[in-house]
Amino acid sequence: MRKILFEGIVQGSLTERPPAADETALAELAESVNRAAQIKLGRSLSIRQVDAGSCNGCELEIHALNNAFYDLERFGLRFVASPRHADVLMVTGPVTKNMREALERTYNATPDPKWVIAVGSCAADGGVFAGSYAVEGAVRDVIPVDLHIRGCPPSPVDLLKGLLALLQYVER
Amino acid sequence: MAILDTITHSDVADRHRPWPRAQVNDEGWRQAIDQLATGRLVLLGLWGDAPMVHMALLDEPAGEAAVISYVCKSGKYPSVGARHAPAIRLERAISDLFGLEAVNAPDTRPWLDLGFWDVRHPLGKKAAARRQVSYDFLPAEGEGLHQIPVGPVHAGIIEPGHFRFTANGEHVVRLEQRLGWVHKGIESLMQGAKLEQAARLAARTSGDSTVAYAFAFAQAAEAAMQIKAPLRASYLRALMAELERLANHFGDIGAICNDASFALMQAQCAILRERTLRAAEAGFGHRLMMDVIVPGGLSRDIAPKGLAEAAALVAAVRGVFADLIELYDNTASLQDRTVTTGIVKPELAAQFGAGGYVGRASGRTFDARRALAYAPYDKLSFEVPVRDEGDVNARVWLRIREVEQSLSLIEQILGAVPAGAIKAPLGRAKSCEGLGFAEAFRGDVLVWLRINGNSRVARCHLRDASWFQWPLLEAAIEGNIVADFPLCNKSFNCSYSGHDL
Ligand code: SF4
Repeated sequence: MRKILFEGIVQGSLTERPPAADETALAELAESVNRAAQIKLGRSLSIRQVDAGSCNGCELEIHALNNAFYDLERFGLRFVASPRHADVLMVTGPVTKNMREALERTYNATPDPKWVIAVGSCAADGGVFAGSYAVEGAVRDVIPVDLHIRGCPPSPVDLLKGLLALLQYVER
Repeated sequence: MAILDTITHSDVADRHRPWPRAQVNDEGWRQAIDQLATGRLVLLGLWGDAPMVHMALLDEPAGEAAVISYVCKSGKYPSVGARHAPAIRLERAISDLFGLEAVNAPDTRPWLDLGFWDVRHPLGKKAAARRQVSYDFLPAEGEGLHQIPVGPVHAGIIEPGHFRFTANGEHVVRLEQRLGWVHKGIESLMQGAKLEQAARLAARTSGDSTVAYAFAFAQAAEAAMQIKAPLRASYLRALMAELERLANHFGDIGAICNDASFALMQAQCAILRERTLRAAEAGFGHRLMMDVIVPGGLSRDIAPKGLAEAAALVAAVRGVFADLIELYDNTASLQDRTVTTGIVKPELAAQFGAGGYVGRASGRTFDARRALAYAPYDKLSFEVPVRDEGDVNARVWLRIREVEQSLSLIEQILGAVPAGAIKAPLGRAKSCEGLGFAEAFRGDVLVWLRINGNSRVARCHLRDASWFQWPLLEAAIEGNIVADFPLCNKSFNCSYSGHDL
């Protein structure tokens, strides 16, 4: 174990430079709710991820944000286990009928101010699952959404861009 | 003896490939159940196709499959689950989706219909919605027992499901799962869809196995339409399948260790996973390689640098993986958590026909790549690692050994990919049916497909390996402490989306 830890020290870091914040995401945010924009949270946001019906592809890429290459925590962004500790809900999937109530309850359990990020094509418009008897639709059909990060699934870099845009927006 | 020789049947479907499908009456249906109950045959799947139910069977030693079909009389068929437990959840799903009733079924509670849909029996004779959200969990009574409900929303970046633990102090007396939360109605969306669109849906059944699903779907379609994917496509399919297996196994090995609070392993494995996904993107333009495998071959060729990137990945992994194995093997505090935890008995794995590392860590040798020898695995040399302890540790070791096999397979593939076309023309299909399999990282995926005359999907059924693994998790956790559940659960890593469909 010492050997691996030691190599980690001498080899230098794998962590890559952050991408520029996504312009379109910034624009979307600037337009979205102003209600909490004034409240300074400091450079730290807690994120609660909610799978409202995804195929699990989006989760895999969200997970990747924690690896050494993207190292999300260096930006003061971290995933938390309870909506009660969260500033941000990151929601994936088309919202299934079966998950609608659970999503609403998670949203209601998250204290204000809060932001909602819809991750993935499915979360944006239902994706390939739109129109099914078992699918409610996009995330914004169920709870208010502040930011969309599209892609099937969005890559970790796409996710990072969106999150950095959110962070800049909150800091303003 | 071929499977159908042991089952009384009438009509054999004339365009069902590559294995036969035959219609049976009560006698044939019962003969099949007999053979499942005695363990001569393995249940591969059971699904509705109103007014019929189909049952896919496997003769494991012979590497042979068959489908039998029972025409329901007034919406009823004799329960398989009554004598063969692995069928119980499948029957409950058929009842929810089709309204077909398994007579004498031991459990008639709904399974996928949680009471939120606007319609009942969406794939069968539609009826007014059920609108009943309450659910009768199995009773657990006794002094000092308490219940712990968990989910559907879980405390990590994972899929939703509900677990109901009954515990006596720290010890789990019973776990009951309640799934279905991410049911998206994939099979209904497929009906009437063009083949290309259906392939995209199949590829989104379980995102971590998108290659395997697309592979199985393509094989079902190609079998039905009697098309052969070009050799180059076939090798590149296997390259993607092995990259997908590597990525998932790295992720799992790290995550299991992390659930035993050993974060160093997680950090190291996550690096390997990321490198794998980057090699995948370099070769196929998408980190998860979605939508590259299509019926007939591939939708795109590998990028010119793709083969070199894959070779570089293999070299990079070989450079560090041995150290990580040693780290796992020599960390006593980690072994203390994984050894003898969450045991699946070999009898149970055999009875349920559990695939993947869950089955192979409990003595079941089945691997679709070997047993069904689909292309190009019939031309590649690899071992199928098997252990029989059935604990978390064995499931970790299985993944470690399979990583080594995948590395060797990738090397063989890189040396053997021929030049040539990547897609065979589909032409116009007559109505036909096909059965396809692919070995995903967690086990065998089954796809059954009926294509109608204008090349659209008439009916498609997708069966994830998780259907036969989830119930074993309930058994594995019994008698373990509640705190070991995350560890156990991760060592199974069953799919929610692939199961809920
Ligand atoms: S956007 Fe794509 S990866 Fe994400 S849940 Fe939907 S289908 Fe899966």
